[in-house]
Amino acid sequence: MTLTFLNIFIAVVIAIAFVAANAAYLVWCERKGAGFIQRRPGPTENGLWGLLQPPVDGIKLMTKQLMIPGGVDKIVFIIAPVLAMFPTIISFVTIPFSDQIVAHNMNIGLLMIFVFGSMSAMALLMAGWSSRNKFAMISSVRAVSQAVAYEIPMLVTTITVVMIAGSMDLMEIVHKQGGGFWHWNIWPLQNGLFNVLMPFSFLIFFICSLAETNRAPFDLGEAESELVAGYHTEYSSMGFGLFFMGEYANIVIGACLTTILFLGGWDCPFGLFPGVWWFLLKIYFLIFTFIWIRWTFPRTTIYSLLNLSWKVLIPISLFNLLLTAGLLKVF
Amino acid sequence: MGTENIPSALVQFASADKLINLGRANSLWPLTFGIACCAIEMMAAGCARFDLARFGAEVFRPSPRQSDVMIVAGTISKKMAPGIKTLYDQMPEPKWVIAMGNCAISGGPFVFEGQYGIIEGADQFLPVDIYIPGCPPRPEALIEGIIELEYKITGWRRWPKVTAE
Repeated sequence: MTLTFLNIFIAVVIAIAFVAANAAYLVWCERKGAGFIQRRPGPTENGLWGLLQPPVDGIKLMTKQLMIPGGVDKIVFIIAPVLAMFPTIISFVTIPFSDQIVAHNMNIGLLMIFVFGSMSAMALLMAGWSSRNKFAMISSVRAVSQAVAYEIPMLVTTITVVMIAGSMDLMEIVHKQGGGFWHWNIWPLQNGLFNVLMPFSFLIFFICSLAETNRAPFDLGEAESELVAGYHTEYSSMGFGLFFMGEYANIVIGACLTTILFLGGWDCPFGLFPGVWWFLLKIYFLIFTFIWIRWTFPRTTIYSLLNLSWKVLIPISLFNLLLTAGLLKVF
Repeated sequence: MGTENIPSALVQFASADKLINLGRANSLWPLTFGIACCAIEMMAAGCARFDLARFGAEVFRPSPRQSDVMIVAGTISKKMAPGIKTLYDQMPEPKWVIAMGNCAISGGPFVFEGQYGIIEGADQFLPVDIYIPGCPPRPEALIEGIIELEYKITGWRRWPKVTAE
């Protein structure tokens, strides 16, 4: 693939369109899903099944007064929402949707996604710090301690998968899992290894991506009963809108990564019609699980959240790393 | 309602204004904020049987910076009033106020000689757009109030008005 300027431009535009459309309509899915889980219809009046709700909300958010309260650190305050949205869009450039559909495949794609992924914690810290609001400050400290705690098991789990695949190229990782359901990394039978901890690895990765996106039951950063609205308390209009969209874009990234690393990417479970639709089916199933978990579990407390990471997830993922390394050496 | 004369702007953007007003009317995010028993009815309006979500108004935002409409649901004591005023001032434009229940309209049952602790009506210190009578009003009444506010914003009513038989 020749990488001309036009190619890059088209790829970035498609990535932005995909992220924006997903973020907008995932909000609708969330509200509709919340409705169905709580036995109510959700948005119905604005358009068919309330499908016009996201554009309507967009118009309202964009035409609302953009308020910069007195005493905030202006530059940081303005940069923070942009920084919440921008790294996720960049991450989409290297995610392979199928054999052909990838904007720019790199041999260190996984590393790039994690580098940009850790920038979103920075955005939360900047937002909370610059807001000059004690609730926002506490919330951002929580969010960052949570991001640090959950990035470790996530990365250790990822290293396990990278060791099995022998590459950080996302295409390569998916190709290694090709050949049907039982070859996916979620199952212990992969490549003749009998690593029984692999399903737990998948669970750890999924829990970590849940925590990394600050979603319930780990939404300590925006715990409404304690911290008003969390780090975006002082943001009105589209500043808040960008944080909101960034959260949903992060969910999509988390689902994409889980699919690529553990569920075989665009590989079909029974060898029929491999293609982009299987990838989309898998990521939307995972996204549905995100929404399902959010509306059925209560919020944890901050210390049980950190205990879960440091005392359970990190030891298991480290043990799994050692076990996988040993098995790779022996077989 | 709907009879105010809105002064015409020098430059007119008729279609854009209509679109923006439709957008604003159909995503009225209330402030999470309840003072007394009317708030219980407000919660009921958000729950399964009545469901404010149908009109896109179920997003109760905890921060005043992100909310569009303040539903004053309950008795306003003199100690509470400065807090409510601060919250109203913190909301960015455009913003609306709904006075829900008799206490927020006029003081309700608390109006008597020598009472010293209750503000007699939210319109004593806030520009109220919609009054919803009742003690407390039923959730249907709150939904009707939201639809009336939509009518006030767009000049177009979602459903024809139902009169008492």
